[in-house]
Amino acid sequence: MASLVIAEHDNHSLKPATLNTVTAAIACGGDVHVLVAGIDAGAVAAAAAQIAGVSKVLHAEADVFAHGLAEHMAAQVLALASGYSHILFAATASGKNIAPRVAAKLDVAQVSDITRVDTPDTFERPIYAGNAMATVQATDATKVITVRTTGFDAAATGGSAALEVIQATTSDAKSQFMGSEIAKNDRPELTAAKIIVSGGRALGSAEKFNEVITPLADKLGAAMGASRAAVDAGYAPNDWQVGQTGKIVAPQLYVACGISGAIQHLAGMKDSKVIVAINKDPEAPIFSVADYGLEADLFVAVPELVAAL
Amino acid sequence: MKALVAVKRVVDYNVKVRVKSDQTGVDIANVKMSMNPFDEIAVEEAVRLKEKGILTEVVVVSCGVTQCQETLRTAMAIGADRGILVETTEELQPLAVAKLLKALADKEQPGMVILGKQAIDDDCNQTGQMLAALTDWPQATFASKVEMADGSLHVTREVDGGLETLKLSLPAVITTDLRLNEPRYVTLPNIMKAKKKQIDIFKPEDLGVDVTPRIKTLKVSEPPKRSAGIKVADVAALVDKLKNEAKVI
Repeated sequence: MASLVIAEHDNHSLKPATLNTVTAAIACGGDVHVLVAGIDAGAVAAAAAQIAGVSKVLHAEADVFAHGLAEHMAAQVLALASGYSHILFAATASGKNIAPRVAAKLDVAQVSDITRVDTPDTFERPIYAGNAMATVQATDATKVITVRTTGFDAAATGGSAALEVIQATTSDAKSQFMGSEIAKNDRPELTAAKIIVSGGRALGSAEKFNEVITPLADKLGAAMGASRAAVDAGYAPNDWQVGQTGKIVAPQLYVACGISGAIQHLAGMKDSKVIVAINKDPEAPIFSVADYGLEADLFVAVPELVAAL
Repeated sequence: MKALVAVKRVVDYNVKVRVKSDQTGVDIANVKMSMNPFDEIAVEEAVRLKEKGILTEVVVVSCGVTQCQETLRTAMAIGADRGILVETTEELQPLAVAKLLKALADKEQPGMVILGKQAIDDDCNQTGQMLAALTDWPQATFASKVEMADGSLHVTREVDGGLETLKLSLPAVITTDLRLNEPRYVTLPNIMKAKKKQIDIFKPEDLGVDVTPRIKTLKVSEPPKRSAGIKVADVAALVDKLKNEAKVI
């Protein structure tokens, strides 16, 4: 019995989500191997080899892995699949895109978004936007899994796994990468940030959102997030959305400014260690999950908070 | 060109579900059921592509109990041309649905299949990708923009950190994200018209698909409750708590 973790990376650095996924793989028992499929991704493979608990890193290089297209990535994973009882991906946009493809080709079920490993075939996962937790048993021989990273601690580094370069396996090109618009900034990534400052519809405009939320995020070295209402209204970019259908986050500190706390938003942040809510509506549901609630006008309170820090 | 659109009947997104006391599942007796919101976006997108002249027919499919016909009628009121119900009382998991859709795709030969990215009941986010794998078609998941150019689909996808655009050869599978479009309100005349549209009914056996569940649900429980903390009087008190009590800044 052995597990294969598919590394998430941008060809330069290993994404932290991989570390949480390795922890889930270790909990499944058996050896843990990591697949790094990329182009010029030597640094990623070297970083993966240092994850504690990983015994082997498989490194495959091909031009078509550059953008992690599902068709090629799935082909590479399938070429290795027969040697593993568990195949694990982080439940990120990339992992969710590839994992079901692998499972269907193996004619096995896929278990999404696990938050706990009970036994090698029994897992806990949220359903109904986290309003219920299901304990499920996968009956197929190979378990293909996506791992909710907030459910598992990051694996430590300091290991020294064997590094093996393998022959790349790719698929017929029926899809092609045309381009991307990835926001460049110095902020921590939303799903890996220690502190997140999030804004809601109460901000009223994209300008105000930027004017009020950005200084607080700067001061705290935080990532910025938003509620679905704020994103739908165009105050913040799509990929800042925290919630059931956006990012699931669990930082040390989550500061919700002008967010009422719809169920679908709470589903995305209620595992945060400390939650602060700033809202002028005393009845806002966000206060029911907040460790510290401040009932105040955010346009006054947030600048005051920036000054006080 | 024809599009196949898959729609799922789920507990309405406004309903707060309750876990049954015997922990066998959530209580869905007598709760409002609706079309999965992401699937509604899928239907709307297909209808828009038809209105633009890119598609000629929109066929909507639902798999599940008899009442899924209501979901199909809603889709046809949005503008889908006809419906297919794969009727079964078995619990259907994503792999089974993907196989049913594959069988229907073989029959109907669509140029594209559009699905919601995930259902809001099981939150799986698998069926579209599985269908793409079974058909060996290219996939564009989490779509926020779909365009046809030179006989290919150009799909902009929501990925971690921003957007990505893919070019797909046809036939292809697309799954929709929230901001692809805003579904129209259905009007009474269109609801009436939808009642006259055709629905064909199959059983999984008719399509040669074994839908036996591969995942057993052992238990469904309440999530751990997070209790409310305290209200602080002002910003100074908040800063003090964060620094000295929670020690997070």
